[in-house]
Amino acid sequence: MFSSPTVRTSFIFLAIAIAGLAFADIAITAANPWKDLGRFFLGVVTPDFFSSEGVATALLRTVAFAFVGVALGSICGFLLSLVYRNVVVRTFCAFIRAIHELFWALIFLQFFGFHPLTGVLAIAIPYSGIFAKVYSEILDETDPTPGRLLPPGTGVVSAFLYTRIPDCWVQLRTYTAYRLECGLRSSAILGFVGLPTLGFYLESAFSQGHYSEAGAMLILFYVLIATMPLWVKPRLLPVYIVGAPFFLGDGLPIVWGNVARFFSEDIVPSPIRNGEGISGLLPWLNDVMVTEALPGIWNTVVLTQIALVATGIIALLAFPLISTHFGGPVRRTGGHVFLVIARSTPEYILAYILLQLWGPSMLPAIVALALHNGGIIGHLIGRQTSTIRLRPDAATGINRYTYELVPRVYRSFLAFLFYRWEIIMRETAILGILGIYTLGFYVDSAIQNIQFDRAMVLIIITALLNIGVDILGRYIRRKLALQTMPTC
Amino acid sequence: MSGFDLTGLSASFGGERVIGPLSMNVEEGDRVGLVGRSGAGKSTLISLIHQQVGRDSSLVPQDLGLVSALPVFHNVFMGQLDAHSTWYNTLTLIRPFRRDASSVRGLLKELSMPEKIWVPTASLSGGQRQRVAIARAVFRQSPLLLADEPVSALDGPMAHLIMKLLRDRFNTSVIALHDVELALQYCTRIIGIQDGQIALDEPSKRLNPADITPLY
Repeated sequence: MFSSPTVRTSFIFLAIAIAGLAFADIAITAANPWKDLGRFFLGVVTPDFFSSEGVATALLRTVAFAFVGVALGSICGFLLSLVYRNVVVRTFCAFIRAIHELFWALIFLQFFGFHPLTGVLAIAIPYSGIFAKVYSEILDETDPTPGRLLPPGTGVVSAFLYTRIPDCWVQLRTYTAYRLECGLRSSAILGFVGLPTLGFYLESAFSQGHYSEAGAMLILFYVLIATMPLWVKPRLLPVYIVGAPFFLGDGLPIVWGNVARFFSEDIVPSPIRNGEGISGLLPWLNDVMVTEALPGIWNTVVLTQIALVATGIIALLAFPLISTHFGGPVRRTGGHVFLVIARSTPEYILAYILLQLWGPSMLPAIVALALHNGGIIGHLIGRQTSTIRLRPDAATGINRYTYELVPRVYRSFLAFLFYRWEIIMRETAILGILGIYTLGFYVDSAIQNIQFDRAMVLIIITALLNIGVDILGRYIRRKLALQTMPTC
Repeated sequence: MSGFDLTGLSASFGGERVIGPLSMNVEEGDRVGLVGRSGAGKSTLISLIHQQVGRDSSLVPQDLGLVSALPVFHNVFMGQLDAHSTWYNTLTLIRPFRRDASSVRGLLKELSMPEKIWVPTASLSGGQRQRVAIARAVFRQSPLLLADEPVSALDGPMAHLIMKLLRDRFNTSVIALHDVELALQYCTRIIGIQDGQIALDEPSKRLNPADITPLY
């Protein structure tokens, strides 16, 4: 079994994760974790939909920010995808998508303040980078023959519209719709840094112990995402996109002086700002590296590796829940509900809830990341197994799982897992804002201490780390000849 | 000017020569039937000629090169994208003009599939798809046709109908055919390919099926 490179790779990653556990802080520090968890679940099953008008506003704002941000991102991303071959564009896109929406929000908050533009750009910028990459991959997949057969003298635009777009229109649309769903999640968590979306109301409900109100918000959020096929219709899209900017709320006006100061003073490294010149810069950088960046990187990497393997384990355990090869329709429906909840809840919200209940440590983050990402991969793999036809006399039960199904789907499972590696790391960094000592924690503290120069250095380091993992993930996928389409 | 005179045609795959080097001279008005065993290099020769004479020829490749997501109308209309402005083409994509629709419908009528004009190409049968690719080539109105097995998926009467249409609409043509009878009936000149070389080049009047059999 160990002669297979996929199995060997899996065990190497498993070993790294187990070693990481030895260094990770995974204690439950809350005095009464299970009682709190019980009260939370009681709140979810006794949701209070009418406690305040805040719930409706929260949902409306969440949808509005998602629509404006994703629409802007998809337009910019599409234009960028047309010139994606250019190495400068490629690098630029890799960089802007390596910085998480929440980091972008934290940056814009410093100079735009609580203006709607902050939330819109926080979604639109990283999404442009993602859209550019995926759109260009989809466009490259189209059949080149029709284009070669066109009469000479056909305009570039006509050729593009006739031979490229129709061929991949369905994929472009499916992917954009999927991204809109992600946009709803991104929009919801922007509330945690103070924008008027779901996260803001969720946090205040939690901090006051109003679990029924929090439960109502979560349930409405699931309903919103689960019913997307019903209310997001191609014909209604223009209405939504034109209407959404009017529902972003007013926020506070932009103080342009702050914008200028941010770029000309705040983010300039302090030794240069204070006139110490280059000689002062090195000790300053050294200090940032030793006291903040290195511990942050270490914790981010350790947590990412543990969460990656936990994600894989959850996915492998969860996919039989929705596979047609096991259980009856009742169990499958239950499995679907579980996986929909797991993958619709943003990992940030999951981590926030678990952190409130269990106290600060890496454990809530690991569980949140594993549940969310495991839910996504489990769903994709489960759906894939349902298309497999087994011989009529195939083994049943655990033997069917181990002999018939897992070997057949293991390669695509690994492909999805390595595809999500970079996403898990990006999330891991951001969970630091909740108080886990990953890079986000140091970014957030630097901002709290009004040291934007340090924050920028740390954000750039985070971006580079993400780009590095992305390259490594792609290298491993290529080495193991694993292929996926970017639909997860 | 629709004839061509090409020399030094050759192609290799993976270091192994599959065709040529060979020369080929086609006069205006020639209707060349390209025959030979499958794998002899007919398709390669057709695409080589297409590369050399440029895109002024109408090509019907074996894999047709249709945009499956678009309806039949747009796939045929694509043959004349160069004749209109970008705005005209973009509007046509959303809502075709009546004038173009009727000329495409007229052409489809000759191919006996006018009712399929608004059907997405993806939902057509193999033979219907082949006729759409032929309609696109005809709609382009270039004098030279290069076609690679254009009637391979069509039944007898339909194959004759199409071959007649191609004879009437194109002044000069090079058509790869595995059906020797069809080649003799509709082409004025037969070129036989064997092991990547021209093994036979005669006016079809002087040939009968038995003369071509050794090639297979």
